[in-house]
Amino acid sequence: MGIETPNGFKLDNAGRRIVVDPVTRIEGHMRVEVNVDADNVIRNAVSTGTMWRGIEVILKGRDPRDAWAFTERICGVCTGTHALTSVRAVENALGINIPENANSIRNIMQLTLQVHDHLVHFYHLHALDWVDVVSALSADPKATSALAQSISDWPLSSPGYFRDLQGRLKKFVESGQLGPFKNGYWGHAAYKLPPEANLMAVAHYLEALDFQKEIVKIHTIYGGKNPHPNWLVGGVPSPINVDGTGAVGAINMERLNLVSSIIDQTIAFTEQVYLPDLKAIGSFYKDWLHGGGLSSTSVMSYGDIPEHANDYSDASLKLPRGVILNGKLDEIHPIDLGNPDEVQEFVTHSWYKYPDETKGLHPWDGVTEPHFELGPNARGTKTNIEALDEAAKYSFIKSPRWKGHAVEVGPLARYVIGYAQGKAEFKEPVDKLLTDLGLPLTALFSTLGRTAARALECQWAARELRYFQDKLVANIKAGDLSTANTDKWTPDTWPKEAKGVGFTEAPRGALGHWIKIKDGKIDNYQAVVPTTWNGSPRDPEGNIGAFEAALLDTPMADPEQPLEILRTLHSFDPCLACSTHVMSEDGQDMATVTVR
Amino acid sequence: MSVLVLGIGNILWADEGFGVRAIEAFHRLYSMADGVDLLDGGTQGLYLVNHVAEAERLLVFDAIDYGLAPGTLKVVRGDEVPKFTGAKKMSLHQTGFQEVLSAADLMGHYPGDIALIGCQPLDLEDWGGPLTAPVAASIEPAIALAVDILSGWGVPPVRREFSLPPEGGLLANDIDRVAYERPRAAG
Repeated sequence: MGIETPNGFKLDNAGRRIVVDPVTRIEGHMRVEVNVDADNVIRNAVSTGTMWRGIEVILKGRDPRDAWAFTERICGVCTGTHALTSVRAVENALGINIPENANSIRNIMQLTLQVHDHLVHFYHLHALDWVDVVSALSADPKATSALAQSISDWPLSSPGYFRDLQGRLKKFVESGQLGPFKNGYWGHAAYKLPPEANLMAVAHYLEALDFQKEIVKIHTIYGGKNPHPNWLVGGVPSPINVDGTGAVGAINMERLNLVSSIIDQTIAFTEQVYLPDLKAIGSFYKDWLHGGGLSSTSVMSYGDIPEHANDYSDASLKLPRGVILNGKLDEIHPIDLGNPDEVQEFVTHSWYKYPDETKGLHPWDGVTEPHFELGPNARGTKTNIEALDEAAKYSFIKSPRWKGHAVEVGPLARYVIGYAQGKAEFKEPVDKLLTDLGLPLTALFSTLGRTAARALECQWAARELRYFQDKLVANIKAGDLSTANTDKWTPDTWPKEAKGVGFTEAPRGALGHWIKIKDGKIDNYQAVVPTTWNGSPRDPEGNIGAFEAALLDTPMADPEQPLEILRTLHSFDPCLACSTHVMSEDGQDMATVTVR
Repeated sequence: MSVLVLGIGNILWADEGFGVRAIEAFHRLYSMADGVDLLDGGTQGLYLVNHVAEAERLLVFDAIDYGLAPGTLKVVRGDEVPKFTGAKKMSLHQTGFQEVLSAADLMGHYPGDIALIGCQPLDLEDWGGPLTAPVAASIEPAIALAVDILSGWGVPPVRREFSLPPEGGLLANDIDRVAYERPRAAG
């Protein structure tokens, strides 16, 4: 039956139902169901996350100063960004200001995470949606070398280098253990790269894997350890001791210099490997511009990376802040995260219970009471769902809305807003990339556009790393060694009741933590995470979220091999509540795809 | 010789936290020989590959659904380890540990020897919950197994004369196991 959603999408669930469960190569557990028409074009999409629970269950009654350590454990990849959001929420609630050095160090931590996440996402979680690993085996190393040298000055590009790599890859594939490449539809008709481009991309897959160990050293130095770096309400935990040599945890000149050299390498890798690869891959997919979804109509960014400590105004935030609705790019709405009428979460289609489910709740008043039930048209059982009923509750993800609107968040949303604001640092790289590829501006609103925005943002972040590292060093040299403000450390300096909100732009989009503090303890704590915005089920009005919107109207070459679905979902870098792999002997080799 | 002793899992999902809690307890009870690193890997997935690639020998604690009685420990070694992968129950973290091992292999840095100490979980869905009793009871026996394996590798851990206090271990800021599992006043 065909319907049109209030946010302008046509849905028709008459055709065959395809179920992909789990969606692989994401962080978290996700399932998607689509209906395709007679031509295998997606006409209805249902996205569901099956495990997330509210963090308030765990945090209620705990010390607000420790909340970051818990939120850091929600997820394996967003560790630092949750921690930063948490300390900002507590500082907002208690009126705590942080020193300039702490602001610079936090920005460096956040930008490092941004770069690391974008690189790993592109090469290790997403590239394989565009790159056919098996095809790389038939590449000519000499031609690969010529290709690599034609697009970049990156030194690792000789015929011998690619020949050795191809040999290693061949041995690996022949051993029958595809490992990281096992979840692939190799040979699928939707792969368009020539073998040489595939081989080059696989080489950079490995180089990126190796390079990430350098990037995370920045977290080790400023966060004291890694994984799970340390954070501090009121500043940053590591003291600065410029002349120190071996003091545990202290930041000295030697360590500052090490960070500086890693930043140089990061800029080089991003500009000489990541961006040229993105452009090369993009040039073969110029006619695959599906997956725009909400990006051309409704996008949101909270903004992040404050230039000045404690100044979270639009002018201070270097990542753009605002909301665009209904495709009106000339109107950027301001955001007030404390306004009860702006950010609200609905559970009409989520497996939770509200007293009145026609209404949304602002996160300060949020509740998370699980209520798992399948709709009347669902098929299967509660433990073995064959098909969901999207007219009823169908996801453990809530539906956050901004003034009732479904919005897309993430790198593309940030770039669309920055572009619409006319900011040169976002507009010019976009224009240049599109011109080089011979594509119109509208091409940005696509799966490929989302992937491109992430690459451009990685370059932006790498350059901002340099900026804030230089700023930090200059401030230290001017004699300011302060990294923490402990004036309001002890609870006896706090009001009896307080509430606050902290926000960041996580690699995958807008992240907010809302906290209520009572008698020195956490009374309520709600996190609204980026994948909740993008992966949300429908709201009471029937508006669909970004994942569902982006899948619509995409033609599939072979519904049994849903490469196009994975490509578009991966372009969002989805991240649901992370747990980890429970290993067992009879593991599954590939996402199960069921056609009903 | 460089040896990595790694605990993986998510402490927020009850028995999912076994690997991390085992590492935490191991550190409180024993000091390691030179060249042996303990790492709380959490749910870092592919981010752990460089740690794995740098290790000559690797010992992993993890919750593993073997389909056995809850709390049952099973040691898997060498080439058998990568077979224990994917997900019988289900994998939340699709870049699972098998991918980490394969990635290390592809980088040309596969550890020379691997041992996996797995514990059969009872409950993986109790969000915010503690380790269940049978899994909690398996931590010390799991550590005893680890002591044997490390001794066999020529790097025996030494039992501390005084165990480190709960809050003075690898996990601080109220997420050490005792603090995490303590009952809190409702409301």
